[in-house]
Amino acid sequence: MNWAEVILERLNSSAVREPALATALLGLTAGSIGALAVLRRQSLLGDAVAHAALPGVAVAFLVGARTPLGLIVGGAVAGWLAMRVVTLITSQSRLAFDTALAGVLAVFFGAGLVLFTYIQRNVPGAALTPLERYLYGQAAFLRSDDLALIAAFTTIALSTVVLFWKEFAAVSFDPAFAASIGLPVRRMEGALTTLLVAAVVMGLKAVGVVLMTTLLIAPGVAARQWSNRLGWVVFWAGVFGATAGLGGTWAAHLASFELTRGRSIPTGPTIVLAATGWVAVSLLLGPARGWLWSKRQMKSARSQPHTANPP
Amino acid sequence: MNSLLELALVLSLVAAACALPGVFLVLRRAAMTSDAIGHVLLFGIVLAYFVTRDLDSPWLLVGATAAGLLAVGLVEALTQSRRLRSDAALGVVFSSLFAAGVLLVSVSVKNVHLDVDAVLLGQPEMATEPRWHLGGMQLAPVVVMAGVLLLNGLLTTLFFKELKLSTFDPELAAVLGFRPVGLHYGLMAVVAITAVAAFDAVGPVLVVGFFVVPAAAAYLLTNRLAMMVLLAMGGGVVGAIGGTVLADTLNTTTAGAVATTLGLLFALTFLVAPERGLIAQWRLRHRQRQNFEELMLTVHLLQHEGMPEEAEESRYSNLAAHLAWPPAQVDAVVRRAERRGLIVRSGEQLQLTAAGRTWAQSVLHRDTTFP
Repeated sequence: MNWAEVILERLNSSAVREPALATALLGLTAGSIGALAVLRRQSLLGDAVAHAALPGVAVAFLVGARTPLGLIVGGAVAGWLAMRVVTLITSQSRLAFDTALAGVLAVFFGAGLVLFTYIQRNVPGAALTPLERYLYGQAAFLRSDDLALIAAFTTIALSTVVLFWKEFAAVSFDPAFAASIGLPVRRMEGALTTLLVAAVVMGLKAVGVVLMTTLLIAPGVAARQWSNRLGWVVFWAGVFGATAGLGGTWAAHLASFELTRGRSIPTGPTIVLAATGWVAVSLLLGPARGWLWSKRQMKSARSQPHTANPP
Repeated sequence: MNSLLELALVLSLVAAACALPGVFLVLRRAAMTSDAIGHVLLFGIVLAYFVTRDLDSPWLLVGATAAGLLAVGLVEALTQSRRLRSDAALGVVFSSLFAAGVLLVSVSVKNVHLDVDAVLLGQPEMATEPRWHLGGMQLAPVVVMAGVLLLNGLLTTLFFKELKLSTFDPELAAVLGFRPVGLHYGLMAVVAITAVAAFDAVGPVLVVGFFVVPAAAAYLLTNRLAMMVLLAMGGGVVGAIGGTVLADTLNTTTAGAVATTLGLLFALTFLVAPERGLIAQWRLRHRQRQNFEELMLTVHLLQHEGMPEEAEESRYSNLAAHLAWPPAQVDAVVRRAERRGLIVRSGEQLQLTAAGRTWAQSVLHRDTTFP
C-alpha cells in the first residue's frame, strides 16, 4: 500500500467522515453569512457573540437542558443578549462600538468561566462537555445528532438567504435606500444578526470560541478579492468556508497520526489556518482586487498613451 | 502572606496597570486591538520558547511583545492595502496567529506549564507562584506586576501631554510634530507588555476586560483625562478585590469572577452615573417633557388672553379637547403650573400670573425673531 492509499483509507474512516462533513457544512454556512457581515462592518461581532455564548451554555446545563440542542439554544440566547447589551451601550452612551464589544466580550466570557468552573467543582456528577472543547473546538467529537443539527441549520440558513436575497442585498449595501422602498430594515437586519448568532453558536463545538471568528470573516475577505458582485462573493465565501472546514479537519486528523503519535490535535486551529490560507492566496491572486491583478492593471494603464481628453 | 490576600494584591496590580493604557484604548476606539494583542502573545511566547527552551526566561516577554507589535503592524499594512477593512483585518490576523500558537503548543510543547487550557484562561491560582527569573533570581509575580505598574505609570506621566493631544486631535498632534504614529506603537507596546505580564494571572481574553471595562466606566463619570485615569485605576482595584472575594465564596475561578465584578461595576455606573447614567438621562428627558407641557399651557392661555373667546379657551374642562391631551395629563400639568406660580385657578377658569405671562411671551418673542 503506498502512502496515498494510506491517507485515503484514514480519511475515509467513519471517525473522520462525519466530523469532516459537519465542518464543511459549517464552513459553507458561516462563510456565506459571514460575507454579508463583513460587508456590513460587523466582522468582530461574531467574535463577541462566540465569547458571550459561553455563560448561556453553562446556564442551559445548570437548568437541565443538557442535549446538544439545549446547550446551543442557551448559547444563542446569551449571544443574542450580548448583542442587545452592545446596542444599548452604544445607543445610550458616548462609548464607541468596539469599546462596548470588547467589554461585553470579556465580561460575558468571564461570567461563563465562573459558571463552568462552578459546575465542574460543585455540581456532583456533572459530565459537562469539557470546557476545552468549547474553547478550541474538537470536530472529532461531533456525533451524528450534532451533524443532523448542523445540516438542518445549514438548510434553513441558506434557504433564508436565497429567499430574501434581494432584500438582504439592499439592506447590506444601502439601508437608507432599502428603507425608502419600504423594506422593514430593522427586521431584516435583525434576521441577519440572528443568522449570524446561530451560525456562531453552531460552530462552537467544532472550531471553538476563539476561532469561530475566522470562519465568519476569512472566507468573506477572501471571496471579496475574486468578484465585485455580491452574489459571487457570497458564493465563493461559501465554497472557501466549506473547503477550509473539510481541509482543516482532514489535516488535523492526519497530523494527529503523524506528528503526535495519536495525541489528538484540535481541529479549530487547522481549520482557521486553512481559511487564512485562502485569504493569503486571494489577496495575492484574486482576479477582482488581488495584488498581482492590480499590479498588471497598473502596468497596462501606464503603457497606454496618455490622452488629455478621453473620447 | 495570606495567599488570598496575595492573590487580591496581584490582581489589583494587574487591574491598575491595565487601566493606564486602557483609558487611551477606549478613547482612541482601539479596544478590540487589545483583544487581538492578547491572543497574539501566545504565538510570540511559543516562538521564543523554541529559541530559549526555557519557559521562565524573560526573553518570552520580549518575544510576546514583538509578536503583538508585529500583529498591529500587519493589521495596519493590510488595512492600508485597502483590500479589506480594519475590523476584518484585525479578526483575520489575530485569530490566525492565535491558531498557529495553539497548534504549535499542542504539537510540540509537551507536559509543561504551557498547556492548552492555561493558555486561554490564565491560572490565577498559580499567579502567586514565582514565574520569571532574571539571572538566577526568582521574581515573585507581585514584584513583576508592581514593576509593570510602575513602568506604565511613569510612561503615562511622562507622555501625558503627547498622549492627550494625539488622542483627541491626531491631526494637530502631527502638525505640531508629536509623531502620533510612533506614540501609537508605543502605546501598543505598553499594552503588549502589560498583557504578557498579566498572562499567567488572567489569560488573554479576560485581560481585555481589565483594559477596557474600568476605563469605559470612568469615561461615563468624567470629562477630565487625568480624573478618568484615576477613576479607571480605582475601579479596577475595587473590581479585583471584589472578584477575589466572590471567587473565594463561590469556589470558582478568580480571573472570571474579577471580570464579572468589573462588568457589574460598569452596569452600576451605566445606570446611576450622574449626568450620563441611564437614570439621569431618563430623569432629564422626563423633566424636559414636563417643562414643555407647562410652557404649552401658558402659551395657549396667552394666545387667547383678552380675546372674546377667552372664557371658553381658558376653561379647565375644555383644555383636554383644545390641547389634545388626555384629562389626566391636563390635571397633572395644571397642578404643576399652579405650584410653579405660572397660573392661578378660580373654579373652572385659569388665568396667567405675571410670571407665567412673561415666560410665554419670552418664548413667543424668540419664535418671531426666528421665523
